[in-house]
Amino acid sequence: MTEPEDTPKTDQNAYWAANLKCVGILLSIWFIVSYGCGILLVEQLNQIKMGGFQLGFWFAQQGSIYVFVILIAVYVRVMNKLDHKYAPKKKG
Amino acid sequence: MDVQTWTYLLVGLTFALYIGIAIWARAATTGEFYVAGGGVPALANGMATAADWMSAASFISMAGLISFMGYDGSVYLMGWTGGYVLLALLLAPYLRKFGKFTVPDFVGDRYYSKTARLVALICAIFISFTYVCGQMRGVGVVFTRFLFSEIDGPMLFNWEPITWGVVIGMAIVFFYAVLGGMKGITYTQVAQYCVLIFAFMVPAIFISLMMTGNPIPQIGFGSEVTGEGVYLLDKLDGLSQELGFASYTDGSKGMIDVFFITMALMVGTAGLPHVIIRFYTVKKVSAARVSAFWALLFIAILYTTAPAVAVFARTNLLVSIPDKPYAEAPQWIKSWEDAGLVAWQDKNKDGKIQYFAGDAFSGKPAFDGEKRGENDERLLTNTPTDNKNELYVDRDIIVLANPEIANLPNWVVALVAAGGLAAALSTAAGLLLVISTSVAHDLVKKTFAPGISDKKELFIARCAAGVAVVVAGYFGINPPGFVAQVVAFAFGLAASSFFPVIILGIFSKRMNREGAISGMVIGILFTASYIIYFKYPDLVEAVGLTAKENTKENWWFGISPEGIGTLGMIFNFTVAFVISSFTKAPPKDVVEMVESIRMPEAEGEELTVSDH
Repeated sequence: MTEPEDTPKTDQNAYWAANLKCVGILLSIWFIVSYGCGILLVEQLNQIKMGGFQLGFWFAQQGSIYVFVILIAVYVRVMNKLDHKYAPKKKG
Repeated sequence: MDVQTWTYLLVGLTFALYIGIAIWARAATTGEFYVAGGGVPALANGMATAADWMSAASFISMAGLISFMGYDGSVYLMGWTGGYVLLALLLAPYLRKFGKFTVPDFVGDRYYSKTARLVALICAIFISFTYVCGQMRGVGVVFTRFLFSEIDGPMLFNWEPITWGVVIGMAIVFFYAVLGGMKGITYTQVAQYCVLIFAFMVPAIFISLMMTGNPIPQIGFGSEVTGEGVYLLDKLDGLSQELGFASYTDGSKGMIDVFFITMALMVGTAGLPHVIIRFYTVKKVSAARVSAFWALLFIAILYTTAPAVAVFARTNLLVSIPDKPYAEAPQWIKSWEDAGLVAWQDKNKDGKIQYFAGDAFSGKPAFDGEKRGENDERLLTNTPTDNKNELYVDRDIIVLANPEIANLPNWVVALVAAGGLAAALSTAAGLLLVISTSVAHDLVKKTFAPGISDKKELFIARCAAGVAVVVAGYFGINPPGFVAQVVAFAFGLAASSFFPVIILGIFSKRMNREGAISGMVIGILFTASYIIYFKYPDLVEAVGLTAKENTKENWWFGISPEGIGTLGMIFNFTVAFVISSFTKAPPKDVVEMVESIRMPEAEGEELTVSDH
């Protein structure tokens, strides 16, 4: 599976850099909601109540999962755009 | 109609559906057998992936575990869904672009080494077998309790009910996995997802309405209890503390341990071969990404409901059981006692069920045959402990018993049984496929007999699936005592071996064969030694070392064996970097391969799954 020659090297690098940036930002959020809000800061956040939920407990058992779904949705959108911008055009 | 009739009806209907789909979608080529010809639509693949991912453990055991662990149960919720994010962002699109059949394929090609391929192959087979045995066991439990519970006296061939349960489950999986391969499995998994999610949601919605007046369980468990003006979670915290349990929303594990276990579960699940292989079944890289989104959405429906179910069940249990005379106890206590998963030992001889924190007796219940005590309870041969607790409840029964605990109609109880079977069978089938692919493709074709024809390879794949079903069934009926420990092993191994190797293979062009192999070896050795040290004291003593008890005080930095895979992963990364920086860079064609999997695919291009 060789790449078509019409993707210049600089474009390849730009695509990869944009990809890494996107994944980096999304994974930072991933870390903050689960390990941050759900584990490390759970006691502090539990002081805040949201309806019947203590906030830290809510993040650990509900909130982090909702955010995970949103993260993948954003990833799909951003990557589709990047692909469209950098993809080698179909030949013929 | 009674529960038994409903169960036969619903289970029979769903099984007929699975078989029908298998016949319709049978595989004709190795491409169809391994990856459904690479032509599954993203939405269908998302559903199939969700069913594949959610095993008997997710459906039957998880809510029960959380129900007894409270906040500590969050490790499973975050671990198993968060791992999915890693999979979707860091692995799936690239492995799809790579376009081969299996993970060992990738490892072997990327690290230009048969040794690396073989190590990955052994890990894949070990992890898959561990899992599949657990699924078969789940099938057996459902059959014993729901389908064969009324049968008195010996059954055909004098087999135990659980044996029959496992054998029937094996026959069904055998039929559609061996016949249909990945294509058959994918479309049955779509049906199984629908069955299992419906079966999980219906009782949850009923119970949420009954307890809080809110039909959405995710909101219900943060609402007030109907007619009491107290928040449900506050009520549960209060009840728990009265009986000497930890407050439900607090938990009792150390923070560092929770952190490490969650991480090990995340990276461990991201490396599970039967889920990764699902991304080879779609047409394009962009479709792999979209189907990852659908899959997590479908998974999240169950995973956000499970903690609500846990809270409802726990509250019902704590409200209805303590201090209740055994004679007046609800029917579900007695039926599950007959199935051997609930036990009561009347320590103070008052005929009432005392339920407090602590074990009622040491170990699993050992029933004294069919002997009954004064109150008609099953007698135990266990030595009672000296605390006040008299009740043993197996965590696995919570989801299955939940509709009965909440007095829901019989058809709901039966539906849950059908859902449990769907969850177990779908995961078992996915795992069996990994085993058969690994044997036929990676072992036979790539290692021993490169020249064999497609037809012959397909035949070998089918035989391998057949043998795997039988072996898994055997372990389902006669579970080795170490099953629970082996699960920690599977996650630890996946976390400390697969995950770093694949990540480095994609994100580092400099990573070479020497670095990857030494990293894997160190990661596995460290993780395995730590787990063996704490989980198998006999083995430790046998080689002349002194074993230490598996407690917080003895663990490194307070990390339990369940979480140690995370440290193994860190060692793997470190060693790989150090070794690779001293050794020769990978050859040019490998670097080119890495560059090509990083690039966007040409617009309109459809990738093929190639086997060159």
